[in-house]
Amino acid sequence: MSSTVGKDHDKEASRRDFLFITAGAASLVGAGMAVWPFINSMNPAKDTLALASTEVDLSPIEEGQRLTVMWRKKPVFIDHRTKDQIDQARNVELSTLKDPQSDSERVQRPEWLVMVGICTHLGCIPKGQRTGDQLGEYKGWFCPCHGSHYDTSGRIRKGPAPTNLPVPPYKFTNETTIQIG
Amino acid sequence: MKLNYYLKIIFPISIILVTNFAFAAGDAPVPPKRQWSFNGMFGTFERDKLQRGFKVYQEVCASCHSLKYINFRNLTEIGFTNDEAKFIASQATVPGGIDDEGEAFERPGRLSDPLPRPFPNDNAARAANGGALPPDLSLITKNRNYGPNYIFALLTGYVDPPDGYELSPGMSYNEWYPGHQIAMASPLSDEIVDYPDGTKATISQMAEDITHFLHWAANPELEERHSLGFQVLIFLTLLTVLFWFVKRAVWRKIDH
Amino acid sequence: MAGGPRRQYNNPIIRWIEYRLPIVSTMEATLGRDMPTPRNLNYWWSMGMILTVALAIQILTGIFLAMHYVPTAEGAFDSVERIMRDVNNGWMIRYMHANGASLFFAAVYIHIMRGLYYGSYKAPRELLWILGVLLLFIMMATAFIGYVLPWGQMSFWGATVITNLFSAIPLIGETLTTWIWGGFAVDNPTLNRFFSLHYLLPFVIAGITVLHIWALHVHGPSNPLGISPKGKHDTLPYHPYYTTKYLTVFGITLIIFAFFVFYEPLYLNHPDSFKPADPLSTPSHIVPEWYFLPFYAILRAIPDKLGGVIMFIASVAILFLVPFLDTSKVRSARFRPIYKQFYWIFIADVLLLGWCGSQPAGGIALLLARLGTVYYFAHFLLVMPLVGWFEKPRAIPEGISKPVIPKERAGFTAETSPEAAE
Repeated sequence: MSSTVGKDHDKEASRRDFLFITAGAASLVGAGMAVWPFINSMNPAKDTLALASTEVDLSPIEEGQRLTVMWRKKPVFIDHRTKDQIDQARNVELSTLKDPQSDSERVQRPEWLVMVGICTHLGCIPKGQRTGDQLGEYKGWFCPCHGSHYDTSGRIRKGPAPTNLPVPPYKFTNETTIQIG
Repeated sequence: MKLNYYLKIIFPISIILVTNFAFAAGDAPVPPKRQWSFNGMFGTFERDKLQRGFKVYQEVCASCHSLKYINFRNLTEIGFTNDEAKFIASQATVPGGIDDEGEAFERPGRLSDPLPRPFPNDNAARAANGGALPPDLSLITKNRNYGPNYIFALLTGYVDPPDGYELSPGMSYNEWYPGHQIAMASPLSDEIVDYPDGTKATISQMAEDITHFLHWAANPELEERHSLGFQVLIFLTLLTVLFWFVKRAVWRKIDH
Repeated sequence: MAGGPRRQYNNPIIRWIEYRLPIVSTMEATLGRDMPTPRNLNYWWSMGMILTVALAIQILTGIFLAMHYVPTAEGAFDSVERIMRDVNNGWMIRYMHANGASLFFAAVYIHIMRGLYYGSYKAPRELLWILGVLLLFIMMATAFIGYVLPWGQMSFWGATVITNLFSAIPLIGETLTTWIWGGFAVDNPTLNRFFSLHYLLPFVIAGITVLHIWALHVHGPSNPLGISPKGKHDTLPYHPYYTTKYLTVFGITLIIFAFFVFYEPLYLNHPDSFKPADPLSTPSHIVPEWYFLPFYAILRAIPDKLGGVIMFIASVAILFLVPFLDTSKVRSARFRPIYKQFYWIFIADVLLLGWCGSQPAGGIALLLARLGTVYYFAHFLLVMPLVGWFEKPRAIPEGISKPVIPKERAGFTAETSPEAAE
């Protein structure tokens, strides 16, 4: 085979390969970009996001009372803790805890404990919000589904739940109002 | 053969005829075309007009017309800051649901609330307006032939009826309303709204602003649609050119 | 499907599957890209691919819309507005779905026009054609039902008018209509079942499409010359030749589609669709979507209720008979000087009917619609059989690869000589 013909042939073949690869890559990029709007349409819509934060007026909750509010379709426990409960939560050797976390890490103001009221085991709602509820061995909350005991800081002390009740993002917008989310 | 050529000419003309059907509706007068900033491939809304239009809506239209698909949070899309929108919301009273005693109560509005409706239901709206139902305005520019041009023409089209025209009691004469007898009295008059930016509130200015605002209310996605569409078209054009070259390369060795 | 030895595969996973369930080879034989394809297909043959894409767009966008849509008379309109305003990219998905229907019909009409011009329905492809007409019927039903779902004024009154057609059937009409409605008027139960059917029918379309493509693979596509390939020199593998050729059409189609979705999404829409359904007031001028206009004109052209309904259905159903009505031995209209002219008259007639359908009932439009209807049916029932008998076809080339026979022998003129491949 004559070398010049061969070279031309190679040149043409490589130019064609380049074309194919470019076109293929561009198609893939296009398909990828076209897929995103569809996936994104399953994310929370704007009206859902607009309800993603809830304001709670704390003034009617007296010391020792607990209140449940809904935030993002989930129950949030608000506990106006007594001095005893705070002391109980703070006088714990952290090393004995399953999920070590100090009480001060879990609250912004010691008298107000705010957390998502869903057991970290399998998603049941722990007891303890109503007067007369079982409070469990540590006088906090007790999940009846599989027997998880939480203390007055909402930390897991006994039972199958792996972690403490989570604290949602919240801030005090004034002395008696918090905004969750 | 001649006939064939004739038909090939008729063909495209007929296609144009057929695709034009949608807007050749009825014998209603055709309002004059206006230049709108949101027209065309790069059309956008003008924020100052939108905000002035919102003021006109609030102070003039809102006493009879609802705008039910717009929420206070949407006001940030027309250039209000979050705090401004929050403040506007808090000035409104909205139904708060059912309290612990089972009574309905009202509370100040929040960003997530829709703009309050002037009437609790259609019957109340009819009763208060001499039997005519003021339509919701959220989709009004999409719901009328000639869209924004019609709305602008209607708002500026209140004139004295021609001599001998019998106007039913309680009705007004409008040049551009189909049938000319409209239950809505002329809503705008000079300086009925006090624009904070110092723009002179002429009828024409207010009609322009409110139409602009209502077209946004009907098409809040318009700006995103236009800019995204442009990128999509550029990409698809390049891709098509690539496809064309690929086709040529593949077919090079095939004699044709 | 041909018997014979199945293809051997190198990929061990495919070999493993093939040995147990020969699905890969079956799919390649019925739907695959290896189909020997006449080398002279022009761009009008690309519509099959475009239709597949259109079906895919409709199913994909439809599935995502259904995640947000509420199929109740109370909630439908609001949920559609929520899709347009609050759902991420919801407006784009909805405008794609709404305009996708028009893309689908535009492509299917070009596809049918191509078939009528080049005689693609003739033996041995009659069943292929009949499956296609069946697809058209289901497509129309799906589109009509889908138009009802947003529950605007046009939806509601379109549903009312079309479902009332069934009441024209003697004896059982009223009962049947009540059954379709699930009540005594178009209402919530009607909307519910329409939503269910609108989700179901696209998959029926997909299933019949598989049969349609399978039937296509048995004898391969027809071609602009209408003569069968006589061997390898007359054919090319579908891939890569026609895949790449039609990719360009695909690209151009997407450009046009994107233009409508992003810049004129409501061009083909009617303003009354943006008013929620109101059972107490009918819009002054109701029109169907553009793709139903010719048939709607035929419906209105007949002064009798039952007669109108029969002609309305017959106007589509008559396509089933086309393979048997056309008596010509020659496939392609290229070699049929008389039929070719009637063909263009027919196209003009359909467009005229479409225009009539868009006009308010009565007047000149009604007169034209009646004349148009007469020609529409005469084209199938008289022109097709008779022209086939009397027409003297032009000389037909001997084969696809050497279509140009010496001019003196065939009497070809430059104007009528068939283009070779491309």
